[in-house]
Amino acid sequence: MTSTSPTETHVAPQADHGDPARSWLARIAEGRAWLFLAGLIICFEVWSRLSFGATFVLNPFNVQSIAIFAVAPLLLATGQTFVIISGGIDLSLGFIMGLAAVVAAHATNMAGVAMPVPLAMMLGILAAVIVAGVPGVINGLLISRLRIPPFIGTLGMFGVARGAAFLLAGGTTVPVQNSWFALLGNGRFYGVPYLVIIAAVFVVVMHYILSQTRFGQHNYAIGANVQAASRAGIDIKGHILRLYVLSAMCAGLGGALYAARFTAGAAQAGEPLLLDSVAAVVIGGASLFGGSGTIFGTVAGALVIAVIQYGLVFVNVEPFWQFIAVGLVIIISVLIDQAQRRFSGARQDE
Amino acid sequence: MNSSEQTAPLLEVRHLSKHFGAVQALNDFSMAVGPGEVVALAGDNGAGKTTLIKAISGVFQPTGGEILLRGQPVTFATPQEAREKGIETIYQDLALADNLSIGANIFLGREPMRKVFGFLPVLDRKAMAVAAKQTMGRLDFHVSRLDAPVSNFSGGQRQAVAIGRAVYWDAQILIMDEPTAALGVPEQRKVISLIHQLKAQGRGVIFISHNLQDIFAVSDRIVVLRRGIQAGERKISETNHDEVVKLMVGG
Ligand SMILES: Nc1ncnc2c1ncn2[C@@H]1O[C@H](COP(=O)(O)OP(=O)(O)O)[C@@H](O)[C@H]1O
Ligand SMILES: [Mg+2]
Repeated sequence: MTSTSPTETHVAPQADHGDPARSWLARIAEGRAWLFLAGLIICFEVWSRLSFGATFVLNPFNVQSIAIFAVAPLLLATGQTFVIISGGIDLSLGFIMGLAAVVAAHATNMAGVAMPVPLAMMLGILAAVIVAGVPGVINGLLISRLRIPPFIGTLGMFGVARGAAFLLAGGTTVPVQNSWFALLGNGRFYGVPYLVIIAAVFVVVMHYILSQTRFGQHNYAIGANVQAASRAGIDIKGHILRLYVLSAMCAGLGGALYAARFTAGAAQAGEPLLLDSVAAVVIGGASLFGGSGTIFGTVAGALVIAVIQYGLVFVNVEPFWQFIAVGLVIIISVLIDQAQRRFSGARQDE
Repeated sequence: MNSSEQTAPLLEVRHLSKHFGAVQALNDFSMAVGPGEVVALAGDNGAGKTTLIKAISGVFQPTGGEILLRGQPVTFATPQEAREKGIETIYQDLALADNLSIGANIFLGREPMRKVFGFLPVLDRKAMAVAAKQTMGRLDFHVSRLDAPVSNFSGGQRQAVAIGRAVYWDAQILIMDEPTAALGVPEQRKVISLIHQLKAQGRGVIFISHNLQDIFAVSDRIVVLRRGIQAGERKISETNHDEVVKLMVGG
């Protein structure tokens, strides 16, 4: 009477673990940015043909312009993807990028006095990425050691990086005197801009880190349940520190490439790109609550924004409509994410 | 039926005390768990049950007393140290990363890697899935979708995943804080059957519950805590619900 054998109490596990409706919805959510991108391109194609009798997307110049346009926001957004998946946010990325652009310009010029042009360029880029890591370290320490919420800590760093960037630039833009650097920003390899090639390689590396390494796996776990991650023995403080350094260094590379493209460093280089970076991540299917998101989703998100911005200019709409269009897309993406959460939440509680 | 006289128990606590300022949460408490033994820990809210398991699992240090593992005195500065010694604690809600698969949860924090192209390390998801399948099979829990996130599973199944993780890493002592609370009746039975499996595998289980039905279904012994002191200890075969309730409320 007191002990029951396992066979008696055994209850068959529920037969269906992967509810087909849910996984279908999940797949749509992951791919929704790519679907949206395709729909958007078709819209602009139709619009362009009807209004001007010209193709939009089959014009290689347009494709190239959109790709170049997307590079800097995409670099910020890849770092932001890691941060948002962990359940945080990095508001300082825009001005870290500006700071890095100014550092890249100064460092390249200074190094150019003493060494060959290509070496000076590489040193400039390296300096930009390393200097960008400093505010990243501070962000990481504030958030992990002093337990300051990411929103507040990185907002503070937004101000600090902004001030530092303008001070370092002396209030103006800093021109770069380096022919290789200019070539990097504007040259092409078989018609493909170097900037786009660099961004593509970078995206693949970041995808690898997020999807194939322990760091990436722990990032997802921390975003879903930081206590579970901590109990599993993951070094949360160390991870958060590395995370914000990584995102800052993404912005650092973004700043260096900005300086290459415009052959000048400007403190305000990344100012409008911060919101774009968050928008790209959200449009790409990540949840602002943490725990979900992918790099390729973010790539689609960044392309959506670039297509909206470039496309509206192309079809001759007043540029202010860009803000409205991007804003609406963000809101729609968040609504879809919430609807999906509610749906899966209802399922979970049975 | 139990040979604990000759051999040291798996885990023993002696005269354990823990106070938080003026609050004496645990006072001169002693108990033991042998291999293949399930000990239920019962007591009213605030009796000190959670405090006891936190002291055992290294979440904090006891103020007094000692913990012995197979007869050897031990101290755990962190939960990791307790885990490395084979003491795994399973918490109600906080155990899993919902967005990851069973395998990823089992290996969370110690993921296996493999190399592609001969140099590039990548997560070995296949090894994780295989281990997940085997481990869950050992618990008589068969899953078809090993790649699904654990949020797709029911409460009892998730409890099984948490237990599966402990089993995979070969925990010899499992401590469960109210594993059946917040579960439906069929799911509660499933968890009870999991505890039977752990017992059959020779592991020691300490399990906290308010549910006397569950306690009587699965335990060998029951230890009752009341306001931090050990109010009584009974073999399940020699007691009944009434007596246990009296021990819990006192008088
Ligand atoms: N971290 C803490 N700080 C102060 N008092 C605590 C703490 N944890 C538990 N207590 C107190 O210790 C007593 C026992 O609590 P607890 O072990 O949680 O009981 P149970 O799990 O049996 O309900 C309670 O009076 C509780 O208020
Ligand atoms: Mg408790």
